[in-house]
Amino acid sequence: MVALQRLIIPSKWADRISDGWLNIAVLFLILLPLVIGTGLVIKSLPLLEKVPLGAMLSSSDWSPQQGHFGFFAFIMGSVWVTLLSFVLSAPVCLLSAIYLTEYSPAWLTQAMYFVIDVLAGIPSVVYGVWGVLVVVPLLADYVAPALGLTTTGYCLLSGGIVLAIMAVPYMLNMLMEVLRSVPIELKEASLSLGATYWETIKWIVLRKGLTGIIAALSLGVSKALGETIAVLMVVGNISKVPSSVFDGAYPLPALIANNYGDMMSVPLYDSALMFAALILFVIILLFNSITNIFLYRIKEV
Amino acid sequence: MQKRKILEEKFFLWLMRIVTMSIILVFLFMMAVILKKGFHALTWEMVSQEPQGGFYFGKGGGILNAIVGSLYLASGSTFFALLLGLPVALGMNVHWVRKTRAVNAIRFLLDALWGVPSIVFGAFGFALMAYLQIRASLLAGVITVTLFIVPIFIRAFDEVLRTVPQGLMEAAYSLGANKRQIAFSIFFRQALPGFITAILLAFGRGIGDAASVLFTAGYTDHIPQTIQDPTATLPLAIFFQLSSPIPEVKARAYAAALILTAIILIISIVSRLSTRKFKKNIL
Repeated sequence: MVALQRLIIPSKWADRISDGWLNIAVLFLILLPLVIGTGLVIKSLPLLEKVPLGAMLSSSDWSPQQGHFGFFAFIMGSVWVTLLSFVLSAPVCLLSAIYLTEYSPAWLTQAMYFVIDVLAGIPSVVYGVWGVLVVVPLLADYVAPALGLTTTGYCLLSGGIVLAIMAVPYMLNMLMEVLRSVPIELKEASLSLGATYWETIKWIVLRKGLTGIIAALSLGVSKALGETIAVLMVVGNISKVPSSVFDGAYPLPALIANNYGDMMSVPLYDSALMFAALILFVIILLFNSITNIFLYRIKEV
Repeated sequence: MQKRKILEEKFFLWLMRIVTMSIILVFLFMMAVILKKGFHALTWEMVSQEPQGGFYFGKGGGILNAIVGSLYLASGSTFFALLLGLPVALGMNVHWVRKTRAVNAIRFLLDALWGVPSIVFGAFGFALMAYLQIRASLLAGVITVTLFIVPIFIRAFDEVLRTVPQGLMEAAYSLGANKRQIAFSIFFRQALPGFITAILLAFGRGIGDAASVLFTAGYTDHIPQTIQDPTATLPLAIFFQLSSPIPEVKARAYAAALILTAIILIISIVSRLSTRKFKKNIL
């Protein structure tokens, strides 16, 4: 193999090619976020020049035909569906991660790794199908009537449930990593002072891992914020500020995905959708950067 | 006092057990629902034929175009992701291994990109298409999906490369190897199982993602012949069929979801098996 390689390209040249290739690839990757950001800004400039930023973010008047682009309802839709999925998945993941790292038998932890792997691999459109098949009818036929409400089932809560299930593999995986990084000596010290196992977890493990836990939970949620297709399929897509969890909502990613067909016919429409993408991009980049700073700090200590 | 402590521990222990079991149950239930609903509508026609006229109104045909389109798209973008990602991942662990800060900065950047939703890449891909003056096609889809999966591939491969022992590099240097040889002949070979897992992970993402190709790949009833043809993808086929009011078409969406899930499962099983097989050569 090596001899063959020598025949074709002299080693010196192979070094130069591989170094050049390496530099180009790295440069490309470093510039990528910048290019994406700039591209989206350029595309949304026509709208930004016409309508002030503050008005656009705080108004909920969405009628592209008249040239009114208010993003407030969509932003609230995103915020609510993300919060809901956080409330539903965070406690479950935290409890489960504690169990799997501290209590469970080894075979169960191994089995769980398989479940996490598969869950993380399942495409979001399949989660969407499952949501339509199970969650939507469940809410419409059983949960809402039991509470004396009526709903089609295509609502904020369906979106929250589907996203919560999608966030589980990410959150669980990261939480387990964080909890396992707590030094065992701390636990030993606590146990030797007479604390019960649960007290050790409550006062030592959770406190020591607090920043990591917060970071892991918020990374899971930021993943949920951007999931497009799954949300789009179950959330109802109604552009008003939702007032209860059984109302339909219209999160930002769904807005972008749903309107790509007719955005060319209305002036400034494509600009507005690119602006929506820009909002998502900036929010998630900021969010991820902040949480990653926490996570990196923990790993270095 | 003692009794209360024991009670509290018991309470939380059971709560944690129930919660963990419920995750597994939801997982099994989900698989069961997809399998049951999809299996009814799954026919050989579905996977072996292109859509015939009136397919979306319940007439004959299948979704072969979407299956093949997804595979084309995912293979193409995995190839480009490899071209871009492999040198970066190796470089981070061989060339600049002493420059901890720079490497950490790249890792940080990749982690931040990793979470950016695919719809944003889709929108950017659309803007890029307008700029480069190409229309919705396999090529545009491949470019978009490549950008989307590169960070995932690099971070996954990087995690594996970090576990390669440093002594190996020192030994190679002392024998007179240069950086390129260490990267490609030693580190790459050592991390081969992880490399395969990373590739398959990126490939799976490429197949399963709908939002990034929504604008960029277009949609068609035919298998694309050149890279400038539009192409259908499996997630979009599911999505379009599910929004149909006709029950037979909806049922086909369930079958297509089953096919997609099966492909992803096969990929994850193959990656596990191949990891085991290639581990034989590892120190």
